[in-house]
Amino acid sequence: MGGERGNGANSERGRSRFRNLWKPYSRVPLLGWFFGALVAVTLERLAGTPLAQFLGLQKIPVLFGFSVMLKNPVLIPNVILYTLIIYGVPTAVATRLCIPLANGIAASLFRFPMAVTAAAHLALLYAILHVWAEISDYRVLVLRLTLIAVMLTLSLNVINGYMGEFSCSHPGFMALGAYCASVLTIGLFVNAQLLGTASLPAALGPFLFPVALILGGLVASFGALFVAIPSFRTRGDYLAIISLAFLFIVKSLIENLEFVRGPRGLSGQPDWADLPTVFLWTVLCVWSINNFVRSTIGKALNAVRDNEMAADAMTVDTRRTKMVAFLFGAFWAGVAGGLFAHVMRYVNPGNFGIQNLAEVLAMVYFGGLNSVYGSIVGAVSISLLGEALRPLEIFKWIIIPLLLILVMIFRPTGLIAFRDLDVANLLKPKPKPDGEG
Amino acid sequence: MSRPAFVESAGIEPMVIFLQNLVNALQWGSFYALIALGYSMVYSILMLFNFAHGDIFMVGSYIGFGVSMGLIALASSGVVALPNWLILVLTILFSMFLTSFVGMIVERVGYRPLRDAPRASAAITGLMIGIILETGNLALLGARRVSFPSLIETTTYNVSGVFVTNKKIMIVLVSLLLALALHQFVRRTKWGMAMRAMAFDFAVVPLMGVPLNTMAALTFALGSALAAAAGILFGVAYPVLDPYMGIVFGWKAFVAAILGGRGSVMGATLAGFLLGFTEIFVAMIFPSTLRDLIAYSIILLILAIRPHGFFGEPYSARLRL
Repeated sequence: MGGERGNGANSERGRSRFRNLWKPYSRVPLLGWFFGALVAVTLERLAGTPLAQFLGLQKIPVLFGFSVMLKNPVLIPNVILYTLIIYGVPTAVATRLCIPLANGIAASLFRFPMAVTAAAHLALLYAILHVWAEISDYRVLVLRLTLIAVMLTLSLNVINGYMGEFSCSHPGFMALGAYCASVLTIGLFVNAQLLGTASLPAALGPFLFPVALILGGLVASFGALFVAIPSFRTRGDYLAIISLAFLFIVKSLIENLEFVRGPRGLSGQPDWADLPTVFLWTVLCVWSINNFVRSTIGKALNAVRDNEMAADAMTVDTRRTKMVAFLFGAFWAGVAGGLFAHVMRYVNPGNFGIQNLAEVLAMVYFGGLNSVYGSIVGAVSISLLGEALRPLEIFKWIIIPLLLILVMIFRPTGLIAFRDLDVANLLKPKPKPDGEG
Repeated sequence: MSRPAFVESAGIEPMVIFLQNLVNALQWGSFYALIALGYSMVYSILMLFNFAHGDIFMVGSYIGFGVSMGLIALASSGVVALPNWLILVLTILFSMFLTSFVGMIVERVGYRPLRDAPRASAAITGLMIGIILETGNLALLGARRVSFPSLIETTTYNVSGVFVTNKKIMIVLVSLLLALALHQFVRRTKWGMAMRAMAFDFAVVPLMGVPLNTMAALTFALGSALAAAAGILFGVAYPVLDPYMGIVFGWKAFVAAILGGRGSVMGATLAGFLLGFTEIFVAMIFPSTLRDLIAYSIILLILAIRPHGFFGEPYSARLRL
């Protein structure tokens, strides 16, 4: 009996010690975590290679060592040690040490207009990603594709989450954007068979690239009209199959257009979608979608989802609301497609099929409906998981679906559903622990 | 780009070409019809999309392959004398029986825990179960295609220029028979009545003593059995099976199921045949690469005019959303 009680007291003491250790972290503002992460990635940049070699790894493990661990289980302790030394401990220590400093800076930044505060945070975030990704080209590629996945997931979440319909045509919109942007950039700036010699100097390209992307997005929105007009006449599941038919039509259309080389695909896009460009577009996408869903029209959209008749009675123009949201989602899907084409520098109609649809849907529902956080989490985790589990080959496609089924069973609306992304709340300094003021 | 079929066969009368394509379309449409029936039943009774259905078709086809190989081995070992047609019949029956369990497992694992969740979440689990079935098949049997054993000899009849094989006749007849049987089941039996009632009002009927779980399992079992039959008939007509064969068929049959209208066995069958007809006749008139483009544009047009499908009721307030 006594022993048991003693054990209980011990574990109680241990728990409270752990809680004391953890307690200061509730006062860390986002800026503080960024500082910690920056220290970690800088450390990796400076000392990563020698440490990796010291631990018996050939080079710096690219994605937190998942592929190394899966290929060679003997190295698991080494990889964990590496991750702790490079990421875990420095982040924890640096974040802990700079709490007062970070809070001070966050407080003084907070006095500026919100745009300036947000821009400063984003600059820091970009610096972290840049330093992290510079280690290898593979990281840069994965990061760019992940950011594009974030854009896609968010734009689909507007339709499937905020509007509560089930749209299957996202790869179609993506294809429209990708092909439109590619045709413009290849046709105007590259000496190719497409439109003959380049009509504009290549130096002008990076400035006109945004125009090409936006045009791609607009073309995708225009395509979305063909889905929206017939399917928003009534509510129900007709959007699901009309959008599916649209996906088949777009894919088949591109396969038959000899102008864009049909099923052989279009290659040779100029290399303009580097990390800063993709990051900037992703930020723009997150910003505009977050503002959209928090605006009046976003609230109207939620009202339409929950009860269309009641929303109609409350003077919401339901048809217009649904149209605007659908075209808006399609626009960002088109932009993401354009970026995708310029990251891969090759697209073919096969990129935009049912497989792609399943992936995007998985990201949306894994992360959480009706939530910007959720989309970011879903896109990042499924993309990184897909890359990290690559050594498992086809078993990857058993593990990821299984994970998603479990998430659906235990959290049917996704991991982080129905949560607002409030930028001011996110960036504010935290001089006192949460819950005390 | 391939030339239109009728240009290549310029010497033949247009009527013969038309009839020949009609025969092909009947066969092609019967696969769609059988698969669409399963979709349509789940959709009308539980108001859910069963995106794993295309892969259940694939699994049924593989089960049929396994069963027929087993039966052929049994017959050739001389334990029992089995003529080939009997093997085919037994294969169809056994595989339908076995695949219905696959359907029930899918329902138990992927759909029952999500009965109260948003409908789209259940659709996602279905999609994921489909991916698991494909990958599981790939992992178990390896990345080679298997060829379905040829159980009946192909006999070709020449009816004044139109070539009809006995396989085509059998496929069309069997699928029509199965659709008719399902229709009678839904119309005549107590279970069928319960299913119709459930399609009419999902919320109240279980309160009247209709066991919801049994009905859901029955729905999935029936749909999967039909998909298995479609899989075996497909194996008889095109004897090459691969793990991803269910994807395209499944999604297209899904379109057909909704096109037929909610809660209508007849509608789903008709829409399945219609989809087959559209695809075959588009390929007859236009280059076959344009098949999907034109066929789905036609479907888009039909849906724009009749958004509730052929036999579906207009807007229903009882829709479970």
